[in-house]
Amino acid sequence: MTAAATYDLGKLHGGLRLPGEKEQSTSRGVQQVPLPRQLFLPLQQHVGEPAQPIVAAGDRVLKGQLIAAADGELSAPIHASTSGTVLAIEPWPVSRRHGEAGPCIVIESDGLDQAYHYDGHPVQYQELAPDELLQKILQGGIVGLGGAVFPTAQKLMQAVTAPLTHLILNGVECEPFISCDDMLMREQARNLLGGAQILMHALRLEKCFVVVESDKPEAIHGIAVAMSELDDKRIVLKQVPTIYPSGGEDQLVQLVTNLEVPSGGLPTDVGCVVQNVGTAAAIHRWIVDGEPLISRITTITGDGIASPVNVEARIGTPVSELIAVAGGYTERANQMIIGGPMTGKSVTTDRVPLVKATNCVLVLSDVIPLADERPCIRCGECAIVCPIELQPQQLFWFACSDNEKQLRAHGLTDCIECGCCDLVCPSHIPLTADFRKAKARMREMEDEKARAERARLRFEARTTRLMQEQAQRDQELAKQKQDALSAGPDAIREILERSRSKNQKDDQ
Amino acid sequence: MLTAVLTATATITAIAIVAGLLLAYANRRLPADADKLVEQVNELLPQTQCAQCGFPGCRPYAEAIVSSGAKINLCPPGGQDTVQRLADLLGREPLELAAAVPDKSMIALIDEALCIGCMHCRTACPVDAIVGAHQYMHTILAAECTGCGLCLPPCPVDCISMVSAR
Repeated sequence: MTAAATYDLGKLHGGLRLPGEKEQSTSRGVQQVPLPRQLFLPLQQHVGEPAQPIVAAGDRVLKGQLIAAADGELSAPIHASTSGTVLAIEPWPVSRRHGEAGPCIVIESDGLDQAYHYDGHPVQYQELAPDELLQKILQGGIVGLGGAVFPTAQKLMQAVTAPLTHLILNGVECEPFISCDDMLMREQARNLLGGAQILMHALRLEKCFVVVESDKPEAIHGIAVAMSELDDKRIVLKQVPTIYPSGGEDQLVQLVTNLEVPSGGLPTDVGCVVQNVGTAAAIHRWIVDGEPLISRITTITGDGIASPVNVEARIGTPVSELIAVAGGYTERANQMIIGGPMTGKSVTTDRVPLVKATNCVLVLSDVIPLADERPCIRCGECAIVCPIELQPQQLFWFACSDNEKQLRAHGLTDCIECGCCDLVCPSHIPLTADFRKAKARMREMEDEKARAERARLRFEARTTRLMQEQAQRDQELAKQKQDALSAGPDAIREILERSRSKNQKDDQ
Repeated sequence: MLTAVLTATATITAIAIVAGLLLAYANRRLPADADKLVEQVNELLPQTQCAQCGFPGCRPYAEAIVSSGAKINLCPPGGQDTVQRLADLLGREPLELAAAVPDKSMIALIDEALCIGCMHCRTACPVDAIVGAHQYMHTILAAECTGCGLCLPPCPVDCISMVSAR
């Protein structure tokens, strides 16, 4: 049986057809990056609390060994990517917005790449209860590899509490230049379908869509072949048109099921769980092969790279070594972005390590010049392309005047910062950046309000307490006074006499 | 002709009297909700409880604004925005803020090595953000401190300073 892709789709508002720029990096297969001499593993590679290191400088660690444990409700553990010695736990530049430093565990590789053996792998997951399986997934340090790096186990644990109908594997890599999921689907389709089966068991689901864009025929072929080998009727391949940003979680759900995720809600509200294809493959690797998330595929591309390619590297490998595998920089290389051109972050140094979130390293020759911003002419182009059906021109107006109430009423919190409105704006207004700032201000104001409310309650509680104490004191004083009065003149005379007789005794 | 004039006058007078009585009754039975207005004013204030307005806290200041006509420009942490909002709410003239806006990111910190455990600051704190007992070291709950600075003057050993919250 050959699995043909199906096309019955829902509708997505707006979006853009962007030039793909993916051919440059997909002409060769995935290259392996040699083991680096030193690895830098940031403690914060996921959304939530940073992991807590459980090793110290000087410890010997093995490949896949747990070196930092998950801390708190929302967190993910971190494992050593190769065998070697822990050199230090110290700040090192990481790929955050401004390339600032974050605490990293530094491991000196011993070149042996000796693996830590976890008991009970391969796990016979069919025999495990879904809860146990979720606990197992939690230990693998797996996070959403599509870029959001939300800890996968926690996402699944939240999802199982809702009534579910579909698992959706997201193979829609809609941002230009990035092709790591494409290559994964071509080369490791079996793994990712295996991951889908594990996920379906963990979520007690009987239906899974693997969604791929129509501009990836090789990936579709790869998955179709693996599906016919596996012959699992629960898994269905779906093809979607190539429109940015159809790979966004909520957008994908709408496209595949024609159900809109409610404002402020999650895909689970309409019975769907979305996982990136890379995440599914990582889950398979951990559950079946016993290897936690210690490596990933990433795209090294852009016109600043000599021969763009996809590479598979250990987490913690410095980006400079990945670029060496891709033939190094061209003479024109000028700007480095971690992530795609639409949502990525610019960094200033290639000393930053590859982290779980790194799906692309983009090196461009020209810094994209910022065109002169002109006044909004209210043409409405931005509203036409907005995939959430917001009114960016209205939001811009309210963001300028800091009108929190209206920003909320017009749904700023639902903005996914896809950048479509920026691209089409004829006045070159950096709308996404403005919205990002407005969101931060809104959060700040909310915090301040919450603080003020707490202070008010504490002040009122204190005032009541002070009043009660005062009332109690008054009452006691009144009682003493009353006692003295009711004792009458006899008691006073008695006291006086007693003191007089005492004095006389002293005199004698 | 004359009857028509008289009827009209009588009708209008009657309506005026009835309406007047109704209004008088409404005024008696449904007094302007001062408490609610105080609540609204209090909501606009920043709740730092710093007493820089000359009243012992935000709510007392709100009460003073509503009942005894205190000026609306006495709250430095609220800034000019708060003055404007108060003016809008109360229909008063927006005044220039009486003092400079303080840095709101500052909170108090006790140098614990110097603290002698005198309890003076604990008593002064308007939001109970200081914990400690007599003759024992005190400390400030950073999450609850509003940065009002009221604990600084009573400290006999000057061990409290204002630092950035971050």
